[in-house]
Amino acid sequence: MFSLVTLKTPVAAIGREVLGFTRNLGRLFLFFARGFLLIFQPPIQFDKIRQQIFFIGMKSVFVICLTAAFTGMVLGLQGYYALVKYGSTAALGSAVALSLVREMGPVLTAVMVIARAGSAMAAEIGIMRISEQIDALKTMDVNPLRYLISPRIAAALVCFPLLTAIFDVVGLFGGYLSGSALLGVNPAFYFSRAQSSVETGDIIGGFIKALVFAVVTVTICCYQGYYTHTRAEFGAKGVSISTTSAVVISCVLVLLTDYVLTTFLL
Amino acid sequence: MSAPPLIQLQDVVKTLGANRVLDGVNLSIHRGEITAIIGKSGSGKSVLLKHIIGLLEPDEGSILFEGRRRAAMSPPEKKALRQKFSYVFQETALFDFLTVVENVALPLAERKHAVPAEIQRRVRDKLSQLDLYDVDHKYPAQLSGGMKKRVALARALVTEPDIVLFDEPTTGLDPIRKNAVHSMISDYQRRFGFTGVVVSHEIPDIFFIAQRVAMIDGGRIRFEGTPEDIQQAPDSEVRNFIEGLESPRDPMTGIASHSIGQQHLRREMSRLQRHRKPFSIVLMAMDHPENIDRIAGHMASQKLLKRFADHVIQNSYLTDTCFRYAINKIMVLLPDTDEGQAHSFCRKISRTLRQSALFDALDKSRHVGYTLSAGVVQARPDSGLEELIAAAEKEQAVFYEGRKE
Repeated sequence: MFSLVTLKTPVAAIGREVLGFTRNLGRLFLFFARGFLLIFQPPIQFDKIRQQIFFIGMKSVFVICLTAAFTGMVLGLQGYYALVKYGSTAALGSAVALSLVREMGPVLTAVMVIARAGSAMAAEIGIMRISEQIDALKTMDVNPLRYLISPRIAAALVCFPLLTAIFDVVGLFGGYLSGSALLGVNPAFYFSRAQSSVETGDIIGGFIKALVFAVVTVTICCYQGYYTHTRAEFGAKGVSISTTSAVVISCVLVLLTDYVLTTFLL
Repeated sequence: MSAPPLIQLQDVVKTLGANRVLDGVNLSIHRGEITAIIGKSGSGKSVLLKHIIGLLEPDEGSILFEGRRRAAMSPPEKKALRQKFSYVFQETALFDFLTVVENVALPLAERKHAVPAEIQRRVRDKLSQLDLYDVDHKYPAQLSGGMKKRVALARALVTEPDIVLFDEPTTGLDPIRKNAVHSMISDYQRRFGFTGVVVSHEIPDIFFIAQRVAMIDGGRIRFEGTPEDIQQAPDSEVRNFIEGLESPRDPMTGIASHSIGQQHLRREMSRLQRHRKPFSIVLMAMDHPENIDRIAGHMASQKLLKRFADHVIQNSYLTDTCFRYAINKIMVLLPDTDEGQAHSFCRKISRTLRQSALFDALDKSRHVGYTLSAGVVQARPDSGLEELIAAAEKEQAVFYEGRKE
């Protein structure tokens, strides 16, 4: 029997999804805004921020260097074989430098930090949630957002641009290794073209991206962990799903915001 | 008009998922009292406790503090209220990334104007009071279940809160430690006058320290009253629940439980009234156990009590009944015994106490003095049981003095 209800059901379902999505988005934004503002509530938690900088930043340096070196080397190789067709291998320096500073640096740094620190954040906070440690903080009149989330946001805002800078430099030398040392592009050309083509605006653009990715990554990863208990799955299963979605959602969002930011920055 | 209760729950309803966990709970908690909340597993005891501290908000009904609704309070008032509370979680909820010392120090360190030296002193005090030695820099994962429980207690008490909520503080502890925790709660309540709410399965031990007992069943408070009331409750469901949990022997001392002792007392009384069979009671107590607690830790007084109980058992006949009368009191029921014979029973115990090293029970060598007192009364057919016990309490006099050098 055809009735109005059957017609309304799919519309209602879409509406429910949209409302749920919007509500989550709002919660996510408030989560970040509160966490960010609480960084500045005195006394500032220097010690905890320092620990998080060590965890997010210092411990990522090796992975970042490794990724950067190979990314630069691949860029050198691909760039060389593309440019050699037009006899303009001297432009290799600018090709490698620009793609690193504008795109590869911020994006790959963010992806690597998500894999290393973001997943750890989601799992750590998720376990604290399911073992009632977050409730315990509340009973001690300690604001869990200030205690757990704010230092991580502050540390990420410090670390992402710095790691991006390291990525750019190491990547540039990676390109030199494959392009100049192995394939014979004149190193003087390589570095001078790299230097002349990269402008301050490119570097600032890269850093803006790094800062935005820091916010996206930390907010998503902490949020997923923090609200583990609201999932349909409980316990270890809930934490594992939180960690997975933290990594997947933040990676996708990093690439999405990258596109949006690039259209504005170019 | 009397002051409103410190905490009052009015028609609190809470639904979690499809489950109506609390279905109109009405409960009053009075200042300075220990309220025990008992009930079957899964009857909503922990949920009730979380409503009191504000981790959960009721769907319906309200929670009042000194007559004011929490929902109507301003944020600074709520903050001030939160600082009065402490909560001992059932699963301890210790911070697994912090050491024992850092865990206990956290509630103090996160407060404004924290002085590191003062924090260290208070943390150390609490750890030693709870018999936690050489664990300062261990992580919770490296501790046994009982130790974690005690660290959680230390963390909750280090702020010297006004109101402490205990969610099964003694589950998983051995009998001596259980009693040590109970005696500690009771001692702290006397010293600092805090208000306690204890969710517990330890029946009858919890009745020794609680002034009020509430039994929750089916999402409602099924019974509320004093421990004496609940043991004589007319509701058979309540009595069955209590008797089901109660073991006939006191797990720590091995002597009879309180309710067995009461039964024997009633039996002897009726024998006296009908057949003129005399009997005497001796009420023995460890005086001021808190002095021992403060010097040698809460375990010490309980170990001492256990040793003392062993001596009493050794010196009594098979027909005598020794039972736990209160947290630090043992009563001995001596059938066919007059007051003179009962006195000589006491002298015999004090003699054997002198010959043995009672204080071997304490591992930590510290100077502690303590006294044991006894009240001896022969029952008279015209007096009631209450009068008899009251007379024994009045008669109490020191019969043994011990000292550990």
